[in-house]
Amino acid sequence: MSNAMEISSEQQSATREIQIRDALQEAMTEEMLRDDRVFLVGEEVGSYNGAYKCSRGMLDQFGPKRVIDSPIAENGFAAIGVGAAMAGLRPIVEFMTFNFSLCAIDQIINTAAKARLMSAGQLSCPIVFRGAGGAAFQLGAQHANSFEQFYAYTPGLIVVAPATPYDMKGLLKSSIRDDNPVVFFESELTYGKRGPVPEGEYLVPIGKADIKREGSDVTIITWSKSVFLCLDAAEALAQEGISAEVVDLRTLRPLDREAVLSSVAKTHRCVVVQEQHEVASYGAYLSHLISTEIFDELDAPVKVISTLDAPMPYSKALEVVLLPSKEGIVQAVREICG
Amino acid sequence: MFEQRVGIVMDQELLTELYRKMLRIRRFEEEAARLYTEKKIGGFLHLYIGQEAVAVGSLSVLQDNDYVMTAYRCHGHYLARGGSARAGMAELLGKATGCAKGRGGSMHFYDVEKRFMGGWGIVGAQVPVAAGLAFAEKYKGTDAISICFLGDGAINIGSFHEGLALSALWKIPAIFVIENNQFAMGTPLEKTAPSEDLSIRALAYPMARETVDGHDVFAVRSVIHAAAKRAREQNLPTLVEAKTYRYRGHSMADPAKYRTSQDVEAWKARDPIKVIGEKMEALGMKSLRDQIDQEIEDEIQDAVRFAEESPFPAPETALDYTYV
Repeated sequence: MSNAMEISSEQQSATREIQIRDALQEAMTEEMLRDDRVFLVGEEVGSYNGAYKCSRGMLDQFGPKRVIDSPIAENGFAAIGVGAAMAGLRPIVEFMTFNFSLCAIDQIINTAAKARLMSAGQLSCPIVFRGAGGAAFQLGAQHANSFEQFYAYTPGLIVVAPATPYDMKGLLKSSIRDDNPVVFFESELTYGKRGPVPEGEYLVPIGKADIKREGSDVTIITWSKSVFLCLDAAEALAQEGISAEVVDLRTLRPLDREAVLSSVAKTHRCVVVQEQHEVASYGAYLSHLISTEIFDELDAPVKVISTLDAPMPYSKALEVVLLPSKEGIVQAVREICG
Repeated sequence: MFEQRVGIVMDQELLTELYRKMLRIRRFEEEAARLYTEKKIGGFLHLYIGQEAVAVGSLSVLQDNDYVMTAYRCHGHYLARGGSARAGMAELLGKATGCAKGRGGSMHFYDVEKRFMGGWGIVGAQVPVAAGLAFAEKYKGTDAISICFLGDGAINIGSFHEGLALSALWKIPAIFVIENNQFAMGTPLEKTAPSEDLSIRALAYPMARETVDGHDVFAVRSVIHAAAKRAREQNLPTLVEAKTYRYRGHSMADPAKYRTSQDVEAWKARDPIKVIGEKMEALGMKSLRDQIDQEIEDEIQDAVRFAEESPFPAPETALDYTYV
């Protein structure tokens, strides 16, 4: 596991407001400067500067040996990354979206995640698979899925899904330094989102949740871009006199169980918000975990708000129906706090 | 000196080495088959018997720093790379002393110190991974290459084509060897490929290609030697088809009723171990050959004893090796 240390805000000197795409670019650039073994491969990562401009300027800075434009062959370039990791390099494999990672999922699950166990520790696979996931304004059914839980199901993988620019940068750096295969989720909708990021070096540790808003009446657990939705809902709830705590998991595997259980033990109520389908989902697992570990602490059943159970339709009138909404979160909280 | 030993030129030392290595695989697997029928080995057991000349010929012309990767029919490549018979047999029995401490099993042998990188069970998936190994060595600027073995059943799946396409495009120093043993499990080649020439697929990427008689250990050496030179000196990959035959079924569960005994006998008549053994006898090396036979027998019996006497992994270690 990562031995990354988080630096407290007091230690940081200057802080700027930067976009998530630039936070990611800084993370990759700093790690590539720090370690010659790190390289970036994926579709459009070089000359095009990244489909979402997350690798802006990196081809110019590092050259085509270390910033590699790949043809469209997810299984192939993901596997070349896996093999290179087994041979001692530290690849960053970018999927233009995680929807396309399904073409490579065999290499991620059957090769990368299992290499260490099958070889009894002779092989390790220090690789990061990163890219965008989730719905983003009418992408249609084949480009709008969130696949965190496909990977979170798999022992051997680390699964990271941060929300803010600060967490994106600090966790991507930790992921690149981690000796395990890491699946790192971003989202199309938030690449342009700005937030405070300090100048200079810092890491955010893998496996640590973060309380994004403190509260006392209910715990809202979420991850990835749904964090922003939940913060909006918490603000609306505050207007009604309900104090909601927002727990941003940041890492799904390994789960920060302590953070989840201690927050719910404090508030006695919990809503999980996930941009995932509910059947066999990560949110359902959290609900199970809370209900079995701290049943006596609960004043109400755990609610899970999920994407509705259909492939994502194109029309904006339908897309909003399927996705978790601020109003839906507020309503769910009212129901269990009433 | 080495150049002279490649190809059809034979010397006594080389004959001895090749005979010993091929016989070691054969006897290891015959004992494994016996242990399987005694239910001491679980799961699947895919035997390499009949194909030994491909692994032994190929690996006999590679360097120690080259990577070797293969599919699930992996015992032969592991042993040809110098893997321990004791650790291999113990792995088959699921013992803590196995080459993957009982975590891998028959399909997943490893000896990473010798750069034997396994033992992979998803057909064709190892092709681009092996390309990644060679990619890394080129990136690091070493002279190491990788060799990847696959079956004729792997040549239609996407990972095979993506691995080859990227290897050609990115000039990856790798050798891909299709061991065409004529059957993808129970399905004959004519039902899986429109041409009997499998290396012809290399033309599409494009990359260099060779077709070789996989029962002729010297021919295999010659072709792989040339491919390795091409990879090492020019960063060019090669696709090799080695025409060969497995004498047993796809796995121990397969009685192989989809082929005639005449076919099997025709290949066995040219059996590479038999051929080399007869050559040794003709060269007046019979007593040396008998001595090797005995040494191999002793090693394999020792491996079986070692495996049977070794402990199983402790239950409390069941979750080990999941994360670094």
